[in-house]
Amino acid sequence: MCYFRPLIIAAGLILLWQIIVWLTGAPHFILPAPADVAIAWWTNHMAILGHAGVTLLEITLGLLCGTILGVFSALVLAYFRPAQRWLLPVLVASQAVPVFALAPILVLWLGYGIASKVAMAVLIIYFPVAAGFFDGLRRTDPGWTDLARTMGASPWTMLLHIRIPAALPALASGLRVATAVAPIGAVVGEWVGSSAGLGYLMLHANGRLQADLMFAALFTLAIFAVLIYFVIDNALRRALPWQPDRSTLQKEE
Amino acid sequence: MTNSEKFFQPLSPPPAIRLSRVNLSYEGSVLFHDLDLELPAGRVSVLLGPSGVGKSSLLRLIAGLEVVEGGGSVKFIVSGDQVSDRAVTPPAYMAQQDLLLPWLDALGNVILGQRLRSDTPDRSRARDLLARVGLDNYAHARPAALSGGMRQRVALARTLMEARATVLMDEPFSALDAVTRLRLQELATKLLRGRTILLVTHDPMEALRLGECIFIMSGRPAQLTEVPSPVGKTPRDPADVEFLTHHAELLSRLGAAEAGF
Repeated sequence: MCYFRPLIIAAGLILLWQIIVWLTGAPHFILPAPADVAIAWWTNHMAILGHAGVTLLEITLGLLCGTILGVFSALVLAYFRPAQRWLLPVLVASQAVPVFALAPILVLWLGYGIASKVAMAVLIIYFPVAAGFFDGLRRTDPGWTDLARTMGASPWTMLLHIRIPAALPALASGLRVATAVAPIGAVVGEWVGSSAGLGYLMLHANGRLQADLMFAALFTLAIFAVLIYFVIDNALRRALPWQPDRSTLQKEE
Repeated sequence: MTNSEKFFQPLSPPPAIRLSRVNLSYEGSVLFHDLDLELPAGRVSVLLGPSGVGKSSLLRLIAGLEVVEGGGSVKFIVSGDQVSDRAVTPPAYMAQQDLLLPWLDALGNVILGQRLRSDTPDRSRARDLLARVGLDNYAHARPAALSGGMRQRVALARTLMEARATVLMDEPFSALDAVTRLRLQELATKLLRGRTILLVTHDPMEALRLGECIFIMSGRPAQLTEVPSPVGKTPRDPADVEFLTHHAELLSRLGAAEAGF
Protein backbone atom coordinates (compact mmCIF):
# COMPACT_ATOMS: atom_id res chain seq x y z
CA MET A 1 0.00 0.00 0.00
CA CYS A 2 2.78 2.32 1.03
CA TYR A 3 4.41 2.02 -2.40
CA PHE A 4 1.17 2.39 -4.33
CA ARG A 5 -0.03 5.55 -2.63
CA PRO A 6 2.24 7.97 -4.56
CA LEU A 7 1.23 6.27 -7.82
CA ILE A 8 -2.45 6.64 -7.00
CA ILE A 9 -1.96 10.31 -6.10
CA ALA A 10 -0.05 10.91 -9.36
CA ALA A 11 -2.74 9.15 -11.40
CA GLY A 12 -5.42 11.22 -9.68
CA LEU A 13 -3.60 14.48 -10.41
CA ILE A 14 -3.07 13.56 -14.07
CA LEU A 15 -6.77 12.72 -14.38
CA LEU A 16 -7.69 16.08 -12.82
CA TRP A 17 -5.35 17.83 -15.23
CA GLN A 18 -6.94 16.04 -18.22
CA ILE A 19 -10.42 17.00 -16.99
CA ILE A 20 -9.36 20.66 -16.74
CA VAL A 21 -8.01 20.52 -20.31
CA TRP A 22 -11.34 19.05 -21.52
CA LEU A 23 -13.51 21.48 -19.59
CA THR A 24 -11.63 24.69 -20.43
CA GLY A 25 -10.62 23.72 -23.94
CA ALA A 26 -7.37 25.65 -23.44
CA PRO A 27 -5.09 25.73 -26.49
CA HIS A 28 -2.15 23.32 -26.26
CA PHE A 29 0.42 26.16 -26.15
CA ILE A 30 -1.21 27.39 -22.91
CA LEU A 31 -2.08 24.14 -21.19
CA PRO A 32 -1.04 20.96 -23.00
CA ALA A 33 -2.82 17.70 -22.24
CA PRO A 34 -0.92 15.02 -20.29
CA ALA A 35 -0.60 12.91 -23.45
CA ASP A 36 0.98 15.83 -25.38
CA VAL A 37 3.53 16.29 -22.60
CA ALA A 38 4.34 12.57 -22.61
CA ILE A 39 4.85 12.65 -26.37
CA ALA A 40 7.00 15.77 -26.11
CA TRP A 41 9.07 14.07 -23.42
CA TRP A 42 9.55 10.96 -25.53
CA THR A 43 10.50 12.81 -28.75
CA ASN A 44 12.98 15.00 -26.84
CA HIS A 45 14.08 12.58 -24.17
CA MET A 46 17.76 12.61 -25.14
CA ALA A 47 17.90 16.42 -24.94
CA ILE A 48 15.87 16.51 -21.70
CA LEU A 49 18.04 13.91 -19.99
CA GLY A 50 21.18 15.68 -21.20
CA HIS A 51 20.00 18.97 -19.69
CA ALA A 52 18.84 17.14 -16.58
CA GLY A 53 22.35 15.72 -16.21
CA VAL A 54 23.79 19.24 -16.21
CA THR A 55 21.31 20.43 -13.58
CA LEU A 56 21.93 17.31 -11.49
CA LEU A 57 25.68 17.92 -11.63
CA GLU A 58 25.17 21.55 -10.52
CA ILE A 59 22.99 20.45 -7.60
CA THR A 60 25.38 17.69 -6.54
CA LEU A 61 28.44 19.94 -6.68
CA GLY A 62 26.49 22.66 -4.88
CA LEU A 63 25.47 20.24 -2.13
CA LEU A 64 29.02 18.97 -1.77
CA CYS A 65 30.70 22.40 -1.63
CA GLY A 66 27.89 23.97 0.40
CA THR A 67 28.03 21.19 2.98
CA ILE A 68 31.82 21.30 3.32
CA LEU A 69 31.73 25.09 3.64
CA GLY A 70 28.79 25.01 6.07
CA VAL A 71 30.35 22.35 8.31
CA PHE A 72 33.66 24.19 8.35
CA SER A 73 32.01 27.54 9.21
CA ALA A 74 29.97 25.95 12.00
CA LEU A 75 33.12 24.48 13.55
CA VAL A 76 34.93 27.81 13.34
CA LEU A 77 31.92 29.67 14.79
CA ALA A 78 31.54 27.18 17.63
CA TYR A 79 35.21 27.14 18.59
CA PHE A 80 36.42 30.70 18.17
CA ARG A 81 34.47 33.22 20.16
CA PRO A 82 35.70 36.22 18.12
CA ALA A 83 34.45 34.46 14.99
CA GLN A 84 31.05 34.25 16.60
CA ARG A 85 31.02 37.97 17.30
CA TRP A 86 32.34 39.07 13.90
CA LEU A 87 31.12 36.43 11.46
CA LEU A 88 27.64 35.59 12.72
CA PRO A 89 26.14 39.04 11.91
CA VAL A 90 27.68 38.88 8.42
CA LEU A 91 26.24 35.44 7.92
CA VAL A 92 22.77 36.48 8.98
CA ALA A 93 22.90 39.68 6.91
CA SER A 94 23.97 37.70 3.86
CA GLN A 95 20.75 35.73 4.16
CA ALA A 96 18.71 38.92 4.09
CA VAL A 97 19.79 39.50 0.46
CA PRO A 98 17.60 37.36 -1.80
CA VAL A 99 19.75 34.86 -3.67
CA PHE A 100 17.74 35.66 -6.81
CA ALA A 101 19.09 39.20 -6.71
CA LEU A 102 22.61 37.88 -6.69
CA ALA A 103 22.13 35.58 -9.68
CA PRO A 104 22.93 38.20 -12.38
CA ILE A 105 26.09 39.26 -10.53
CA LEU A 106 27.26 35.67 -10.20
CA VAL A 107 26.65 35.04 -13.89
CA LEU A 108 28.55 38.24 -14.68
CA TRP A 109 31.51 37.14 -12.55
CA LEU A 110 31.55 33.41 -13.12
CA GLY A 111 30.20 33.21 -16.65
CA TYR A 112 27.48 31.28 -18.44
CA GLY A 113 28.98 27.91 -17.55
CA ILE A 114 28.30 25.60 -14.65
CA ALA A 115 30.35 27.59 -12.08
CA SER A 116 27.80 30.38 -11.55
CA LYS A 117 24.98 27.82 -11.00
CA VAL A 118 27.06 25.81 -8.53
CA ALA A 119 27.81 29.08 -6.70
CA MET A 120 24.07 29.84 -6.56
CA ALA A 121 23.32 26.40 -5.18
CA VAL A 122 26.13 26.75 -2.63
CA LEU A 123 24.72 30.10 -1.46
CA ILE A 124 21.32 28.50 -0.86
CA ILE A 125 22.64 25.29 0.72
CA TYR A 126 25.30 26.87 2.91
CA PHE A 127 23.04 28.61 5.43
CA PRO A 128 20.80 25.74 6.58
CA VAL A 129 23.82 23.45 6.87
CA ALA A 130 25.96 25.95 8.80
CA ALA A 131 23.09 27.10 11.03
CA GLY A 132 21.93 23.56 11.78
CA PHE A 133 25.37 22.20 12.62
CA PHE A 134 26.34 25.29 14.65
CA ASP A 135 23.15 24.92 16.68
CA GLY A 136 23.91 21.25 17.25
CA LEU A 137 27.46 22.02 18.37
CA ARG A 138 26.24 24.63 20.83
CA ARG A 139 23.59 22.41 22.33
CA THR A 140 25.68 19.49 23.51
CA ASP A 141 24.08 17.96 26.61
CA PRO A 142 26.04 19.60 29.46
CA GLY A 143 25.91 16.26 31.30
CA TRP A 144 28.01 14.70 28.54
CA THR A 145 30.61 17.46 28.55
CA ASP A 146 30.78 17.33 32.38
CA LEU A 147 31.32 13.58 32.25
CA ALA A 148 33.99 13.96 29.57
CA ARG A 149 35.77 16.61 31.64
CA THR A 150 35.91 14.34 34.70
CA MET A 151 37.35 11.67 32.40
CA GLY A 152 40.19 13.98 31.41
CA ALA A 153 39.12 14.83 27.86
CA SER A 154 41.20 17.31 25.89
CA PRO A 155 39.40 19.98 23.83
CA TRP A 156 40.25 17.99 20.70
CA THR A 157 38.93 14.61 21.92
CA MET A 158 35.88 16.35 23.38
CA LEU A 159 35.15 17.74 19.90
CA LEU A 160 35.84 14.45 18.16
CA HIS A 161 34.09 12.01 20.48
CA ILE A 162 31.34 14.11 22.07
CA ARG A 163 30.47 17.39 20.37
CA ILE A 164 30.58 16.41 16.70
CA PRO A 165 28.69 13.11 17.04
CA ALA A 166 26.15 14.83 19.28
CA ALA A 167 25.62 17.54 16.64
CA LEU A 168 25.23 15.14 13.71
CA PRO A 169 21.43 14.86 13.99
CA ALA A 170 21.18 18.67 13.80
CA LEU A 171 23.52 18.68 10.81
CA ALA A 172 21.34 16.02 9.20
CA SER A 173 18.19 18.13 9.52
CA GLY A 174 20.09 21.10 8.07
CA LEU A 175 21.18 18.91 5.17
CA ARG A 176 17.61 17.74 4.55
CA VAL A 177 16.41 21.34 4.29
CA ALA A 178 19.38 22.17 2.04
CA THR A 179 18.63 19.24 -0.25
CA ALA A 180 15.04 20.32 -0.60
CA VAL A 181 16.00 23.87 -1.67
CA ALA A 182 19.15 23.06 -3.66
CA PRO A 183 17.38 22.79 -7.07
CA ILE A 184 16.13 26.39 -6.63
CA GLY A 185 19.67 27.72 -6.75
CA ALA A 186 20.65 25.75 -9.83
CA VAL A 187 17.47 26.56 -11.80
CA VAL A 188 17.50 30.28 -10.96
CA GLY A 189 21.10 30.40 -12.09
CA GLU A 190 20.14 28.74 -15.36
CA TRP A 191 17.28 31.19 -15.94
CA VAL A 192 19.55 34.19 -15.61
CA GLY A 193 22.11 33.04 -18.11
CA SER A 194 23.19 29.65 -19.37
CA SER A 195 23.33 27.39 -22.37
CA ALA A 196 22.42 24.10 -20.69
CA GLY A 197 20.33 22.66 -17.88
CA LEU A 198 16.62 22.09 -17.28
CA GLY A 199 16.07 25.73 -16.33
CA TYR A 200 17.58 26.81 -19.65
CA LEU A 201 15.45 24.25 -21.52
CA MET A 202 12.26 25.51 -19.85
CA LEU A 203 13.04 29.14 -20.67
CA HIS A 204 13.95 28.19 -24.25
CA ALA A 205 10.74 26.15 -24.75
CA ASN A 206 8.67 28.92 -23.18
CA GLY A 207 10.04 31.45 -25.64
CA ARG A 208 8.94 29.26 -28.56
CA LEU A 209 5.50 28.55 -27.09
CA GLN A 210 6.44 24.89 -26.67
CA ALA A 211 4.41 24.46 -23.51
CA ASP A 212 4.45 20.67 -23.82
CA LEU A 213 8.27 20.57 -23.80
CA MET A 214 8.34 23.05 -20.92
CA PHE A 215 6.05 20.85 -18.87
CA ALA A 216 8.14 17.79 -19.76
CA ALA A 217 11.26 19.56 -18.46
CA LEU A 218 9.39 20.74 -15.34
CA PHE A 219 8.27 17.22 -14.47
CA THR A 220 11.74 15.85 -15.05
CA LEU A 221 13.09 18.48 -12.65
CA ALA A 222 10.46 17.61 -10.04
CA ILE A 223 11.23 13.89 -10.27
CA PHE A 224 14.97 14.49 -10.00
CA ALA A 225 14.51 16.80 -7.01
CA VAL A 226 12.41 14.20 -5.20
CA LEU A 227 14.94 11.48 -6.06
CA ILE A 228 17.86 13.52 -4.67
CA TYR A 229 15.93 14.20 -1.48
CA PHE A 230 15.04 10.53 -1.16
CA VAL A 231 18.66 9.40 -1.65
CA ILE A 232 20.07 11.94 0.85
CA ASP A 233 17.35 11.27 3.43
CA ASN A 234 17.95 7.53 3.18
CA ALA A 235 21.72 7.92 3.44
CA LEU A 236 21.31 10.12 6.54
CA ARG A 237 19.02 7.59 8.18
CA ARG A 238 21.56 4.85 7.56
CA ALA A 239 24.47 6.97 8.77
CA LEU A 240 22.72 7.93 12.04
CA PRO A 241 20.94 4.75 13.12
CA TRP A 242 20.92 5.79 16.79
CA GLN A 243 18.67 8.72 15.98
CA PRO A 244 15.20 7.17 15.91
CA ASP A 245 12.26 9.39 15.02
CA ARG A 246 10.86 8.96 18.50
CA SER A 247 13.98 10.15 20.33
CA THR A 248 12.40 13.31 21.71
CA LEU A 249 9.63 11.25 23.27
CA GLN A 250 12.13 8.89 24.84
CA LYS A 251 13.90 11.74 26.53
CA GLU A 252 10.72 12.88 28.21
CA GLU A 253 10.14 9.48 29.80
CA MET B 1 41.40 -11.00 47.89
CA THR B 2 41.36 -13.11 44.78
CA ASN B 3 43.14 -12.14 41.64
CA SER B 4 39.98 -11.22 39.77
CA GLU B 5 38.86 -8.91 42.59
CA LYS B 6 42.19 -7.14 42.56
CA PHE B 7 41.59 -6.54 38.89
CA PHE B 8 38.68 -4.26 39.70
CA GLN B 9 40.42 -2.23 42.38
CA PRO B 10 41.46 1.38 41.77
CA LEU B 11 45.02 2.17 40.79
CA SER B 12 45.75 4.34 43.83
CA PRO B 13 44.73 4.08 47.53
CA PRO B 14 41.49 5.90 48.39
CA PRO B 15 42.06 9.45 49.61
CA ALA B 16 40.22 11.39 52.27
CA ILE B 17 38.65 14.54 50.88
CA ARG B 18 38.95 17.76 52.82
CA LEU B 19 37.02 20.89 51.93
CA SER B 20 38.11 23.95 53.82
CA ARG B 21 36.44 27.36 53.77
CA VAL B 22 34.76 26.74 50.47
CA ASN B 23 32.68 29.57 48.97
CA LEU B 24 30.30 29.35 46.06
CA SER B 25 27.52 31.58 44.81
CA TYR B 26 25.01 30.84 42.15
CA GLU B 27 23.11 33.59 40.34
CA GLY B 28 23.75 36.13 43.06
CA SER B 29 22.80 33.97 46.00
CA VAL B 30 25.47 32.56 48.31
CA LEU B 31 25.27 28.76 48.33
CA PHE B 32 28.31 28.06 50.51
CA HIS B 33 30.06 30.44 52.86
CA ASP B 34 33.29 29.11 54.40
CA LEU B 35 32.00 25.56 54.27
CA ASP B 36 34.16 22.81 55.81
CA LEU B 37 33.74 19.10 55.23
CA GLU B 38 35.90 16.02 55.65
CA LEU B 39 35.02 12.79 53.88
CA PRO B 40 36.84 9.76 55.35
CA ALA B 41 39.03 7.67 53.08
CA GLY B 42 37.60 4.47 51.66
CA ARG B 43 34.11 5.06 53.03
CA VAL B 44 30.69 5.81 51.61
CA SER B 45 29.58 9.28 52.67
CA VAL B 46 26.01 10.26 51.93
CA LEU B 47 24.75 13.80 51.47
CA LEU B 48 21.05 14.35 52.11
CA GLY B 49 19.01 17.51 51.98
CA PRO B 50 16.11 19.36 50.41
CA SER B 51 16.30 19.93 46.68
CA GLY B 52 17.95 23.16 45.61
CA VAL B 53 20.08 23.40 48.75
CA GLY B 54 23.32 22.84 46.83
CA LYS B 55 24.05 19.11 47.13
CA SER B 56 24.87 18.75 43.46
CA SER B 57 26.91 21.95 43.50
CA LEU B 58 29.06 20.55 46.31
CA LEU B 59 29.56 17.36 44.32
CA ARG B 60 30.45 19.32 41.19
CA LEU B 61 32.91 21.37 43.23
CA ILE B 62 34.71 18.21 44.34
CA ALA B 63 34.58 16.84 40.79
CA GLY B 64 36.32 20.00 39.59
CA LEU B 65 33.36 21.06 37.48
CA GLU B 66 32.89 24.25 39.52
CA VAL B 67 35.68 26.59 40.50
CA VAL B 68 36.22 27.25 44.21
CA GLU B 69 35.79 30.94 44.96
CA GLY B 70 37.90 32.95 47.35
CA GLY B 71 40.60 31.28 49.40
CA GLY B 72 38.91 27.93 49.94
CA SER B 73 40.30 24.62 48.83
CA VAL B 74 39.42 21.03 48.00
CA LYS B 75 42.21 18.65 48.99
CA PHE B 76 42.66 14.94 48.39
CA ILE B 77 44.65 13.44 51.26
CA VAL B 78 46.14 10.09 50.36
CA SER B 79 47.89 9.04 53.56
CA GLY B 80 49.01 11.08 56.54
CA ASP B 81 49.92 14.51 55.28
CA GLN B 82 50.51 13.55 51.69
CA VAL B 83 48.17 15.89 49.86
CA SER B 84 47.44 15.49 46.21
CA ASP B 85 45.45 17.75 43.99
CA ARG B 86 42.76 16.55 41.66
CA ALA B 87 45.14 15.96 38.77
CA VAL B 88 46.70 12.98 40.55
CA THR B 89 43.53 11.30 41.77
CA PRO B 90 40.67 12.70 39.72
CA PRO B 91 37.28 11.48 40.93
CA ALA B 92 34.94 9.48 38.73
CA TYR B 93 31.46 10.93 38.29
CA MET B 94 28.09 9.20 38.11
CA ALA B 95 25.01 11.31 37.47
CA GLN B 96 21.27 10.79 37.80
CA GLN B 97 21.04 10.33 34.05
CA ASP B 98 23.17 7.45 32.84
CA LEU B 99 24.75 9.88 30.29
CA LEU B 100 25.40 7.05 27.87
CA LEU B 101 26.26 8.29 24.39
CA PRO B 102 23.47 7.04 22.12
CA TRP B 103 25.74 6.55 19.10
CA LEU B 104 28.06 4.13 20.91
CA ASP B 105 27.21 0.57 21.95
CA ALA B 106 27.59 -0.52 25.59
CA LEU B 107 31.23 -1.51 25.06
CA GLY B 108 32.01 1.79 23.34
CA ASN B 109 30.49 3.67 26.25
CA VAL B 110 32.56 1.73 28.78
CA ILE B 111 35.84 2.55 26.99
CA LEU B 112 34.82 6.19 26.43
CA GLY B 113 37.22 7.52 29.09
CA GLN B 114 40.22 5.86 27.45
CA ARG B 115 39.26 7.20 24.05
CA LEU B 116 38.85 10.71 25.49
CA ARG B 117 42.35 10.49 26.96
CA SER B 118 43.67 9.08 23.64
CA ASP B 119 44.73 5.88 25.45
CA THR B 120 44.58 2.50 23.75
CA PRO B 121 41.14 1.11 24.63
CA ASP B 122 41.34 -2.02 26.79
CA ARG B 123 38.37 -3.90 25.31
CA SER B 124 38.91 -7.16 27.19
CA ARG B 125 38.80 -5.36 30.54
CA ALA B 126 35.68 -3.51 29.40
CA ARG B 127 34.07 -6.85 28.50
CA ASP B 128 34.99 -8.25 31.93
CA LEU B 129 33.39 -5.25 33.60
CA LEU B 130 30.23 -5.59 31.51
CA ALA B 131 30.09 -9.24 32.59
CA ARG B 132 30.56 -8.08 36.17
CA VAL B 133 27.43 -5.91 35.97
CA GLY B 134 25.59 -8.77 34.26
CA LEU B 135 25.54 -7.41 30.73
CA ASP B 136 27.95 -9.77 28.92
CA ASN B 137 25.40 -10.37 26.20
CA TYR B 138 24.75 -6.70 25.58
CA ALA B 139 28.24 -5.44 24.71
CA HIS B 140 27.09 -4.42 21.24
CA ALA B 141 23.64 -3.12 22.15
CA ARG B 142 23.02 0.61 21.77
CA PRO B 143 21.60 2.44 24.82
CA ALA B 144 18.22 2.85 23.10
CA ALA B 145 17.85 -0.94 23.17
CA LEU B 146 18.52 -1.16 26.93
CA SER B 147 16.18 -0.64 29.90
CA GLY B 148 16.79 2.12 32.44
CA GLY B 149 18.33 -0.31 34.91
CA MET B 150 20.61 -1.84 32.27
CA ARG B 151 21.72 1.60 31.15
CA GLN B 152 22.66 2.61 34.68
CA ARG B 153 24.58 -0.69 34.97
CA VAL B 154 26.55 0.23 31.84
CA ALA B 155 27.24 3.58 33.52
CA LEU B 156 28.49 1.68 36.58
CA ALA B 157 30.79 -0.41 34.40
CA ARG B 158 32.04 2.81 32.78
CA THR B 159 32.75 4.23 36.25
CA LEU B 160 34.64 1.07 37.28
CA MET B 161 36.59 1.19 34.02
CA GLU B 162 38.04 4.51 35.12
CA ALA B 163 39.65 2.71 38.13
CA ARG B 164 39.41 5.88 40.20
CA ALA B 165 39.89 5.81 43.97
CA THR B 166 37.15 8.42 44.43
CA VAL B 167 33.64 8.15 43.04
CA LEU B 168 31.13 10.97 43.17
CA MET B 169 27.52 9.87 42.67
CA ASP B 170 24.73 12.36 42.04
CA GLU B 171 21.48 10.47 42.68
CA PRO B 172 22.49 7.68 40.32
CA PHE B 173 19.62 5.38 41.32
CA SER B 174 16.80 7.89 41.65
CA ALA B 175 15.39 7.43 38.14
CA LEU B 176 14.98 3.66 38.60
CA ASP B 177 12.01 1.67 39.85
CA ALA B 178 12.15 0.31 43.42
CA VAL B 179 13.26 -3.25 42.63
CA THR B 180 15.90 -2.22 40.09
CA ARG B 181 17.12 0.44 42.51
CA LEU B 182 17.68 -2.12 45.31
CA ARG B 183 19.58 -4.45 42.96
CA LEU B 184 21.78 -1.67 41.64
CA GLN B 185 22.51 -0.33 45.13
CA GLU B 186 23.71 -3.80 46.08
CA LEU B 187 25.79 -4.22 42.94
CA ALA B 188 27.34 -0.76 43.22
CA THR B 189 28.18 -1.20 46.92
CA LYS B 190 29.83 -4.53 46.20
CA LEU B 191 31.85 -3.33 43.23
CA LEU B 192 32.85 0.08 44.60
CA ARG B 193 33.81 -1.09 48.10
CA GLY B 194 37.06 0.37 49.39
CA ARG B 195 36.82 3.60 47.43
CA THR B 196 36.06 7.04 48.82
CA ILE B 197 32.51 7.63 47.75
CA LEU B 198 30.25 10.65 48.03
CA LEU B 199 26.65 9.81 47.26
CA VAL B 200 24.13 12.61 46.89
CA THR B 201 20.54 11.49 47.41
CA HIS B 202 17.15 12.73 48.54
CA ASP B 203 16.07 9.28 49.68
CA PRO B 204 16.67 8.65 53.44
CA MET B 205 16.20 4.91 52.87
CA GLU B 206 19.04 4.92 50.36
CA ALA B 207 21.20 6.97 52.71
CA LEU B 208 20.69 4.48 55.55
CA ARG B 209 21.20 1.44 53.33
CA LEU B 210 24.48 2.62 51.85
CA GLY B 211 25.92 5.39 54.05
CA GLU B 212 28.81 4.93 56.45
CA CYS B 213 28.76 8.65 57.18
CA ILE B 214 25.57 10.62 56.67
CA PHE B 215 25.47 14.40 56.29
CA ILE B 216 22.40 16.59 56.10
CA MET B 217 22.71 19.84 54.20
CA SER B 218 20.31 22.67 54.96
CA GLY B 219 19.85 26.43 54.86
CA ARG B 220 21.36 29.15 52.73
CA PRO B 221 24.30 29.53 52.94
CA ALA B 222 24.28 25.78 53.45
CA GLN B 223 25.22 24.15 56.74
CA LEU B 224 26.28 20.52 57.11
CA THR B 225 25.27 18.33 60.04
CA GLU B 226 26.57 14.82 60.50
CA VAL B 227 23.95 12.37 61.75
CA PRO B 228 24.66 8.96 63.28
CA SER B 229 24.34 6.10 60.82
CA PRO B 230 23.26 2.58 61.75
CA VAL B 231 25.98 0.07 62.59
CA GLY B 232 26.63 -2.92 60.38
CA LYS B 233 27.88 -3.68 56.94
CA THR B 234 26.37 -1.97 53.91
CA PRO B 235 24.07 -2.50 52.07
CA ARG B 236 21.92 -2.75 55.19
CA ASP B 237 18.64 -4.60 55.47
CA PRO B 238 15.74 -2.12 55.53
CA ALA B 239 13.60 -4.56 57.53
CA ASP B 240 15.91 -4.35 60.57
CA VAL B 241 14.40 -2.71 63.70
CA GLU B 242 17.42 -0.46 64.27
CA PHE B 243 17.24 0.60 60.64
CA LEU B 244 13.61 1.61 61.02
CA THR B 245 14.36 3.66 64.14
CA HIS B 246 17.10 5.47 62.26
CA HIS B 247 14.79 5.97 59.32
CA ALA B 248 12.15 7.67 61.48
CA GLU B 249 14.77 9.90 63.10
CA LEU B 250 16.35 10.84 59.81
CA LEU B 251 12.97 11.69 58.34
CA SER B 252 12.20 14.08 61.19
CA ARG B 253 15.64 15.71 60.84
CA LEU B 254 15.10 16.10 57.11
CA GLY B 255 11.69 17.62 57.77
CA ALA B 256 13.34 20.17 60.04
CA ALA B 257 16.00 20.89 57.41
CA GLU B 258 13.31 21.39 54.80
CA ALA B 259 11.36 23.74 57.08
CA GLY B 260 14.47 25.80 57.77
CA PHE B 261 15.24 26.12 54.08
